[in-house]
Amino acid sequence: MNQTPLSVNAGIEMLPVGESAIVIEFGKTISPAIHQKVRALARYLDSYPFPGMVEYVAAYTSITVFYDPVIIKNRNDNQEKAGNRLSYTIVSGLIEECMSKLDDSFAGQARIVEIPVCYGGDFGPDIEYVAEYNKLTVSEVIEIHSSGQYLVYMIGFAPGFPYVGGMSERISTPRRQSPRMSIPAGTVGIAGMQTGVYPIVTPGGWQLIGRTPLALFRPNEYPPSLLQSGDIVRFCPISYKEFMDYKGEGQ
Amino acid sequence: MSIKVLRPGLLTSIQDLGRYGYQKHGVIVSGAMDSYSLRMANLLVGNKEDQAVLEITLVGPALLIEKDILLAITGGDLSPTVGGKPIPMYRPVFLKKGCILQFGARKSGCRSYLAIAGGYNISEVMRSASTYLRAGLGGFEGRALQVDDVLQLKDPQEKNASLLRQLASSSSASSYVSTKWFLGRSHIPQEGEPVKIRVMRGRQFEQFSGDSKDAFWNCPFQVSSQSDRMGYRLSGTALKLAEPLEMISEAVSLGTVQVPPDGNPIILLADRQTVGGYPKIAQVALVDVAVVAQLKPGSKICFQEISLREAERLYLIREQEIQTLQRAIRLKMQ
Repeated sequence: MNQTPLSVNAGIEMLPVGESAIVIEFGKTISPAIHQKVRALARYLDSYPFPGMVEYVAAYTSITVFYDPVIIKNRNDNQEKAGNRLSYTIVSGLIEECMSKLDDSFAGQARIVEIPVCYGGDFGPDIEYVAEYNKLTVSEVIEIHSSGQYLVYMIGFAPGFPYVGGMSERISTPRRQSPRMSIPAGTVGIAGMQTGVYPIVTPGGWQLIGRTPLALFRPNEYPPSLLQSGDIVRFCPISYKEFMDYKGEGQ
Repeated sequence: MSIKVLRPGLLTSIQDLGRYGYQKHGVIVSGAMDSYSLRMANLLVGNKEDQAVLEITLVGPALLIEKDILLAITGGDLSPTVGGKPIPMYRPVFLKKGCILQFGARKSGCRSYLAIAGGYNISEVMRSASTYLRAGLGGFEGRALQVDDVLQLKDPQEKNASLLRQLASSSSASSYVSTKWFLGRSHIPQEGEPVKIRVMRGRQFEQFSGDSKDAFWNCPFQVSSQSDRMGYRLSGTALKLAEPLEMISEAVSLGTVQVPPDGNPIILLADRQTVGGYPKIAQVALVDVAVVAQLKPGSKICFQEISLREAERLYLIREQEIQTLQRAIRLKMQ
């Protein structure tokens, strides 16, 4: 396969974020193609972190890499007698090097994660409103929501919370006027063009349409987040009984 | 043996240098707001610099000390006392079993760090002992201390145990003994406002209106009462973008100054979320993050520009100083 290395792709921008981080931006629009590049670099850094790298955060169009300037300076100055180089300059060189070694194929196949959801009822008190707002029936809302394929662009806002793209406009619904004080973990919601799952109990203004028995945040496991940036999510409707059976097994 | 909480104080929690490596899972870093003071406190009692300590906020706790301990208190001065007598900060202090350590009026800063030789016996969650308050994880049962909590302590290592024995033998009637040597410097401004905070330009700095850019450098901002461990909200001149901007969420970092639509900047601190979608006007120099963390609501600050090169230079110098200090303290303890 003859693919273009990422580093020669147009539109890649690197900028410092203070003394200990660098942001690498692959584009200015949200799209699966740009996110593919984000994922490729993320996978590369997972396999080959450079000495002094602390961690990275993958987002819609960018990756931010955090590093320890002391380690970066110590390791690189000795080798290259470049005492005056900023650690940012050293790190951007290391990132360029990473990018010259990888191409889009490095992103690999996306993992598909199925999330069972019990729609409506007490778990999804706003599903009627979503249906009404979009002039649909409740079962059409469920049908549309569960037939989509959703790309996880990034994890954030709360531990394990996926920002996904790919929801049908036909079920898009504005946020509630007044946010709820406490939304149970596992609740599936819609806000505008977004859909997502609340991993921990939080306040929030999303329209709630169902709940999953899966734990999206598992602090005692690795990785603690069920979903990762780059995964594809599918929601599968389950009955209340299946939900309770699932919960029972988990305990 | 242990420490018993008689009065918890406003917000007393276990923190270390933070939970790194999990931000890509949406797990925030947490850790000490003023990590410099945390490191100093640990070094003064011969601990590793990154051990968990108590972070004490504005109104401190009352603690019953149930064994002989060696402690150090750094950061903001919240008037620590034992048996009604003030005890010194920024040096190792020996406390006898059975005494009560309590905090009183705030004199400077707003966060104290209490390290104990050997450390607190806290299980790590995701490789850190820091309390992740919102998720109810880490630290002591995932929360701030409450009355009647009992904190278990680890035994001090041999090197600090000898200082403990030495001080213990010289303690006669008094409830505490401290070393004659101490750390002479603090990064906490004692007097004089506005406090200067050095920042680099943020990624969207140029997208702010001319007036807002001027105001950012020239006008003081006040720390609002809605400030917390997640971030310090500032009030002052409302900062506006020159034109509406389509922002795509991305990672934020310690000390990022972001501006939500109401125009009041927020300095992101220890409990910041991992990603954000507001324009970033500035980035606080790492050496000044500890200064910000000690500001109390109502304090006035002004921003001063610093280059990335200068900010890095100051950071590397400070790290060097901490190394030197560590060696010096080790010698004193022998």
